[in-house]
This record gives sequence, structure tokens and C-alpha cells, in this order.
Amino acid sequence: MTARVGVVTFPGSLDDGDAARAVRIAGAEPVRLWHADPQLHGVDAVVLPGGFSYGDYLRCGAIARFAGVMETIVDAARAGLPVLGICNGFQILCEAHLLPGALTRNQHLHFRNRDQVLRIESAGTAWTNAFQPGQEVLIPVKNGEGCYVADAATLDQLEAEGRVVARYVGNPNGSQRDIAAITNSAGNVVGIMPHPEHAVEELTGPSLDGLGFFTSALKHLVETAA
Amino acid sequence: MTTQDPARDTSAAAAAGPTAAPDRGADIVGWAGGVDTVPHAGDSPGELQPYADLGLRDDEYQRIRQVLGRRPTQSELAMYSIMWSEHCSYKSSKVHLRQFGEKASTSDRLLAGIGENAGVVRVSDELAVTFKVESHNHPSFVEPYQGAATGVGGIVRDILAMGARPVAVMDPLRFGAADHPDTARVLPGVVAGVGGYGNRLGLPNIGGEVVFDPCYQGNPLVNALCVGVLPIDRLQNKAAAGDGNVVVLMGAKTGRDGIGGVSVLASATFDEGSEQRRPSVQVGDPFIEKLLIEACLELYDEQLVVGIQDLGGAGLTCALAETAAAAGTGMRVWLERVPLREASMEPHEILASESQERMLLVVEPEKLEAVLKTAEKWGVLATAIGEVTPRGADGEPGRLVVTWRDHLVVDVPPGSLADDGPVYNRPMREPADLILLQADRAETLPRPSDPEALRQTVLRMIASPNLADKTWVTEQYDRYVLGNTVLAQPEDSGVIRIDERSGIGIALSVDGNGRYARLDPYHGAKLALAEAYRNVAVSGAKPIAVTDCLNFGSPEDPGVMWQFAEAVRGIADGCGELGIPVTGGNVSFYNQTGAAAIHPTPVVGVLGVLDDVADRVPMGFVPREDGHDQIYLLGETHVELSGSEWAWATHEHLGGVPPRVDLDRERAIADLMAVAARGGHLSSAHDLSDGGLAQVLVESCLRRGVGARVTLPERFTDGSMPFVFLFSESAGRVLVSVPRGHEKAFTGLAAEQGVPCELIGVTDPAGGALELHGQFQLSLAELRAAHSATLPRLFGGAELATPPVGQQAEESAATAAPTAPVEEPAAAVVPVETATPASSESEPGGPSESA
Repeated sequence: MTARVGVVTFPGSLDDGDAARAVRIAGAEPVRLWHADPQLHGVDAVVLPGGFSYGDYLRCGAIARFAGVMETIVDAARAGLPVLGICNGFQILCEAHLLPGALTRNQHLHFRNRDQVLRIESAGTAWTNAFQPGQEVLIPVKNGEGCYVADAATLDQLEAEGRVVARYVGNPNGSQRDIAAITNSAGNVVGIMPHPEHAVEELTGPSLDGLGFFTSALKHLVETAA
Repeated sequence: MTTQDPARDTSAAAAAGPTAAPDRGADIVGWAGGVDTVPHAGDSPGELQPYADLGLRDDEYQRIRQVLGRRPTQSELAMYSIMWSEHCSYKSSKVHLRQFGEKASTSDRLLAGIGENAGVVRVSDELAVTFKVESHNHPSFVEPYQGAATGVGGIVRDILAMGARPVAVMDPLRFGAADHPDTARVLPGVVAGVGGYGNRLGLPNIGGEVVFDPCYQGNPLVNALCVGVLPIDRLQNKAAAGDGNVVVLMGAKTGRDGIGGVSVLASATFDEGSEQRRPSVQVGDPFIEKLLIEACLELYDEQLVVGIQDLGGAGLTCALAETAAAAGTGMRVWLERVPLREASMEPHEILASESQERMLLVVEPEKLEAVLKTAEKWGVLATAIGEVTPRGADGEPGRLVVTWRDHLVVDVPPGSLADDGPVYNRPMREPADLILLQADRAETLPRPSDPEALRQTVLRMIASPNLADKTWVTEQYDRYVLGNTVLAQPEDSGVIRIDERSGIGIALSVDGNGRYARLDPYHGAKLALAEAYRNVAVSGAKPIAVTDCLNFGSPEDPGVMWQFAEAVRGIADGCGELGIPVTGGNVSFYNQTGAAAIHPTPVVGVLGVLDDVADRVPMGFVPREDGHDQIYLLGETHVELSGSEWAWATHEHLGGVPPRVDLDRERAIADLMAVAARGGHLSSAHDLSDGGLAQVLVESCLRRGVGARVTLPERFTDGSMPFVFLFSESAGRVLVSVPRGHEKAFTGLAAEQGVPCELIGVTDPAGGALELHGQFQLSLAELRAAHSATLPRLFGGAELATPPVGQQAEESAATAAPTAPVEEPAAAVVPVETATPASSESEPGGPSESA
């Protein structure tokens, strides 16, 4: 049976169509979820896409956290549902306290869009099991508030528990310890600042490396079902 | 959400019957509470009115009185002053712009043309594309961030109003001298504004220009282009047809921002009082615009609107007048229903406000509820503010009647605002200095003639602000969103896939060269057209339509008016010769501070179509493990240095006549490129323009880190001729690289099209250098360092100068294992090579990638 992966659309979501496309290319069925509808419609995993959920003029993701669909997702994530937050989705996961820390304004204060090399640090999550630890991948990054910060104890804990999922090779925004992606302690919730959904087609992306994040989830679903 | 159904309105005026013009005596109160009403205007013909302060001339004011048979009310005066402003009425340009229609070849692709919100062209049996470029120059100087941001917002709504989903933006930008202190204020603000708005809307920015010249010091040019895609049967129009249909205002609340934006700002030159105009600049809210886009598209798909018009310059006034005039109907509006940000706003302010993110819809009454529901779903306000009223009994067009809290404040024929504005045949005279300027040719300037001087010149030129890498700017724009960007800056044109199943796509380029136009506006305009056309052609696309943004000084200066007329004539003739129509555009006059006008700057956008975007040809040399591609130069190189980037950057010289333009040759090149692209005969293609061959070689090498070995043709070996070969800006030239085995096919096609084609070298993927045989060798690292350091040095963020990602990507990606295999070396994007982090402007012959 084809896995069904939900992609949430908030009113200001921008990369929701791209996330759905990536899910489709990876071989799953994308299911569009609406921010005001708390139902998950039986999806096997959820992607929170990039964008500016509710305009996000103040603190990115701070309002989205309270969306109807988020309350359901938070409960489901705590019960093991694979959830990937990309960019704005990462910000929302932090605001929802599914992940620790916060994403703040880039240190250089500019929005920055570039093709970014990442080093996969943890291949043990629901979204990165298709990679090898230490593998370098090329994924577009594009954000204005992508600087990951947390207190030292949290950072140490993330490192100690192997929950730093990916690091920048050449830090584009000042993120602490070059952190580009982290996971929760169960490994089913991943937040990533760069955009794997923009690296899934030869014609439009800098590589096909992004597909691995989506195929990882499918693999995870098969393995956990078995 | 505010929803007011006129039928339920209990006001006296509404009770009198929504479709009937209000009775002036009975229900409508006269002069009361400081509001100037129609009855009061009738009773006080002698009252002095500040028409001159609003930019109206004596004779224009008299004409308004004639049209109305009385003096205008305060609200009416505000409406006429903005609708008859230069910006809205095109009163100085109209007589010239007619040529675009008269000289155009007929195109069966054209579904909507000049006069609509944007031109619409058919690109397949099902799909059409709409695109337009507009200026937002004056606001961007006063308040760079908001000026630029709302420039993007405005053009996006124009595209939306045609029924299209906006799919990409581009931004041709011009600033004063790169090292002038004020440029450090204006440029970062403008760039942040373009990005801040476009990125939040989810529109990829796929190209544009960044040009520096002291002539733009007090008058930067911020032009914005948007392109959208629609199913042909979703085409919308602005006519407010159908008696009794409801007029709905959807989007943001109306505030005091932007009052006088078009009449005060865009229709006058800057002077010492300009700081006081800040309130005239609009403030943007891209989130609301995003909601507006989604809501409108849903309304179109459900066929819920009869007519639609965006609110831009001149706000509600323009939208009401144009929608009514287009249908010949009348309109009855209850102004107090307009949702306001500030309750104290007066009627003339509500009518003149240029608050952003608003659309005017005309809706059948039985569909009103569904419209309001869709708006509610997306969280935007939608408010019924009026009704369409019938024509007069005699078949005459209806009247636009506006009340405010039961006061009749406007009662005018809508056509008098929208269509019957003044038209001027302004005096024109060739600028007196032009003969001397043209006699002062750059071909007589001292040129480098030894290898070391030539080498130094290359390094200096690629680092000069106009030719330097524009990554500092373009990194601030999202080029990936929507997932259909096939090529983006610094490529010659932006290429967008518009149908994932068929692979059909479009290519777009915008170009202009103010120096050429200053030397010869007719040929300068043709050169801008030729360059945009060529940029589209080198990507493999077939050029099909043109938009233009005509940036000039004051039309009241006969010299400027002559430049304008010449430029329009050039574009119209050029489009006729190329067989592609001008589908719309924008005129921006008064780009002038005191007596000093900008260079005449016609910016031309060309749209092309690709049957399959997989055929697109990128600009960079292709890395190959197994050999070299052949490098050919198409076209002819003459000693043409006047107006060139070299003459300006090296000698601060502007004089002589610009390069010759041969549109038959451009057409032949376009035909050749399209056939060669489809046949897979091209590895890369890059148009030559500013900075000449040297710039194009450097960009082609740096794009993917591939070196090249070039040999001078025999006739360019002596004296300063190697310099001419590298820096002449002769038009009609393209640098291509051709894979092994395709040489005969390609040169055969070139011969068929009559395009001169000369083998000048080979790519050298392993060499890591650009070598000009017998002259110099420059390592790619040296070239990259020179090319990419300039903008970060000027505008801050030194770490932006270091290219951490690209370099590392090139090295590290070799060890990275992509999760999916890469097929078809020619068409496939090889991860290693596109790892270059940054992109830059697709400026004509523009700067390239830092990698």
C-alpha cells in the first residue's frame, strides 16, 4: 500500500506544493491538510512546509503553533507519527516545543538563498535513514530567520544524544554549532532549515539529494509496520 | 470579516433604491460637517479650489468644470487630479505609444494587449501567459524598502487581475554611483524590499539587472516584472458589466498611506521639499497579498466574478472609474462601507488612498455569498461597497455616483476620468549637446596593446561594479519556490516550467542600456530590445512578446520628450522588424532632480516559449571528464567601443554612437539557437553585451568552474586588436560551446541561417584557467576573487565575499554520494557543478556566479 504523507497548508505556506511534489516523486501519496482542520485524514507522516505561516512578522511560527491542525499533530508526534518540519516548519516545531531551541534572525540580517552543503550527522531518524553518517549532501537553503540557537546545556544534550541531524558545511546564517537540522529524542520528529523538497528533480534543483529525506520516511514506515 | 449587502442597507440613500442615482434634493444632505457635496458645489461656483497644488493646470481645471457643468467637489477634484496625472493618464506619452499598435505585426497569440492590466499571450492550446514590467522609481528613492516592496506587490496584482497565477518576478534596478554614500542607503533597502515582498509571496525571482551610473543618483530606477500563467478560458476582464451586480472590495483595509502617490510623487520632479513626500509612499503587507492571490484564484476557478480590477496607483478612484468606463455602465458606491484603518478618513482620502493589497470585484448578487465565503476561508476582508447601475435612458454611459454617510460627494461620467483625460503633443527638440556628444567617440581613446595591460584590464573590468558578480543582491531572493525554476540569474534569461506534464516553459529577460540610449535613443531602444530578445533566444526559447518600462526625465523638457519619442519609435520599429508585439508596459516620467534628468532608459522585457524546458541551454561551460567542447563565437566583432562599459569604467567616457543593431541578424541567431537547442547541439550559450567577450568568457568559465583556451582570430592579433576582440560591444553576438560530434551539425545550421560562426577555442575542464593564447592566462580562482569581491566590499557583509559553500561544494561534492543517479550528462544537473552557491544578475552580459 502506498504511504500517505500529509502536507499542511497554512495561509502563508509557500513550499507546500513543492513538498507535495517531493512526496509524490519519492513514491508516496501526498495528502493536503488544511491549517484550520484538526483532522489528519489517516496520514502516515506529516510535512510542515516552508513559508510564512501567518505572515510571521513577529516571531516565526508563534501563531501557527496554535492552529487547529497543530494540536492534533503535536499529540500524534508524541505518539510516534513521523513529522518533518522544513524551514518555517522547523520554526513551528520549535514553537510547539516538539523540538528544543529556536530559529532567530540570520546573523548577517539578510535573507539568504544559496545551494548549501550539509553533512548528515545522524542517519538514525525517521527522515534520514537513507543516508550514511558523515555523508555530504547539497540542498538549497533560503531563509531570513534560520539561525539556530539554544542554551549550552541543550546544545550539549543534543550532541550527546546524537540528535544533531545535519550540520552546515560553511555556515550560511550563524547557527550555533553549524546546526542545520535536529530531531526529538524518539527520532520521529525532524526540523531542518534547508529545503530538501527543492532538490528532487534534475531540471529544477542543484542535486537529487533531497529525495533521501522523503524516501527515509517511507522506509521507516515499512520498517515500523513490520 | 465585514459583509454589507446593499439590499439590507438601511441608509436613506439605499432605501431610495440602489440602482437609482440618488435624488440630489431629498435624501442627500448638502454641505454639512465640512464635507464638500455635489449640491454644495452647485451652490458655490466661485469657491477657490487647490487644483494647482494637486498638479492640475488651469486649462485642465476648466475642462473638469465643463465636463461636470459645475465646479468639482473636493472628492471629485482629488479623483480628476490623480486620474489626469501623467502617471495615470499617459497624457504626454499617449500620442507616441500608439505606434506600438500601429507598427506591430498581427499575432494570433495575443489574447489581451495594451490597455489591459497586462498583456496576455497564448503559449499552447490550453495555456496563456501574462507579463508586464512597471516602475516604482519615485517611492523607492523616498523610502527604499517599502517603495520596492510595493512595486513588486503592484505588478503582481496586475497579473492576478488577468486571471493568472503569478509564477515569477524579475527586477531591473538602477542606482547612482556604486561608491556614493546614498547608494549604500538606497540599494540595500530596495533589495531587501524586493526580496521581503516577493519571498513572502512565494514567487521565485528569476532575473533582472543591477546597474550603477551617477545619472541615477537622485533618481534610482526600480522596475518590477511579474509573469503569470492561466488556462485560456480563465482570462478575466475589468468591465463592470451587468446592472445590479454587486461591487465588492476585497483585501486590506484602506488607510491614509499612499495618498497622492501617483500625482504628487510620480508626476513631478524631485526638489528640496521631497522629504515631505514620505507619507505618499505606500506600505506593503505581503501576507495579505498572498491571501488575496489564493482567494482570487479560487474565485476564478469557481467562476464567481464577472469583472475584476486591482487597486494600484490612484486606488479606488481608478478601479471604480475604469471598471465602469470599460463596461459603459454606471456605478453607485456607498463610501462609508469601505473598511478603514483610520475612522477619521474623509471621502476624498478614501477615494485617493493607495493602500496596497486590494482588489475590486464585480459579482452577480446570487453569487455574493459564495464570494464572501471564499474570502472568509482565506481570511481576507470582502465588503460589498456598491452596485453596477444601468446606462442612461438614451444609451449614454452611466454615471459614477458616490455617497458618504448620505452626502453625495461624487457624480461624474466614469469615462471622463478613465479615458478622456488630457492628451498633449508636447514640444520636442533634439538635445543641443547631442551632436558634440556623438562626435566624441570612444574609439579614439587610448587602448591597452600589450598582454600584461590586457590581463590587468580583464581583472579590472570584471570587478567594476556594473560587471561584478551580483550575488550579494540575488542571494536575498528566493529562486526555488514553486519548484519550477529551470534557469535563474545569473543566466541570460530566467526559465520557468509552466506545465509539469508536457514540460512546456517560458523564458524571460529584461534589458536596458541608458548610455546607449543617451547617445542615440532610437538605436539605444532597439539595442535594448535586441539584447532581451537575444537573451531569451540563447536559452533555446522562441521569443513571442514584448513588454517595456520607459524611464525618462521630465516630459516638459523638449529634449527629454524627443528622447522619449525616439525610443518609442525604436521599440515599435524593432518589434515590427522582429515580428513580435508589445503587449503592455509602463511609462515613468519625471525621473529628474532639478534640471538633471536620468539617461533615457527604456527597459525592455522579452517573453519566449520553450516546448520542452529540458531543451534549455544554460550559460556556463560544461565540465566533462572525457574531453573538451568547441567554443564558437557567432556574429561579427567590429571596433565598437562608444558607450561601452570599458569606456565608462576606464575613462569615465560617454560619447560617440552605440553599436550598430541588425535585427535580421538577431532573428537569424534566434532561429539558429532554437533549432540547435532542440537538436542537442549546444552545451552552453551566452549572449554578448556589456563588457564584451571578456566578460562572457569569464562568466561562462566561472559558472561551473570550467576553464577555457581561446585563440585570437588572425585579424585580431595585432596592436590593440586583441583588446578590441575582448571588449568591443558589437551587438548580435553569442558565445556557444558545442559538444564533440556536434560541430558539423551546428556549423551547418549556422551556415544555413547565414550566421557567421568562428571557432575560437575549446573548454578546458581540467585546466582551471582562462587562457588567451599568446596573451595571458588567468586562473579561475584569480578571476573569481576579482569578480565576486566588489559588491560585498561596497555594501557590507564581508563574509558574503568569501564563497565558503561553492568552493567547498566543488571539492566536497566529489566525495558526496548523491542519493539518486545522475543521467544524461548534457541535460542533467550534475550536483557537483551546480553546487555554486550563489547566483547573480542576468544583467546583459552581466556578471556571473561566484563559486
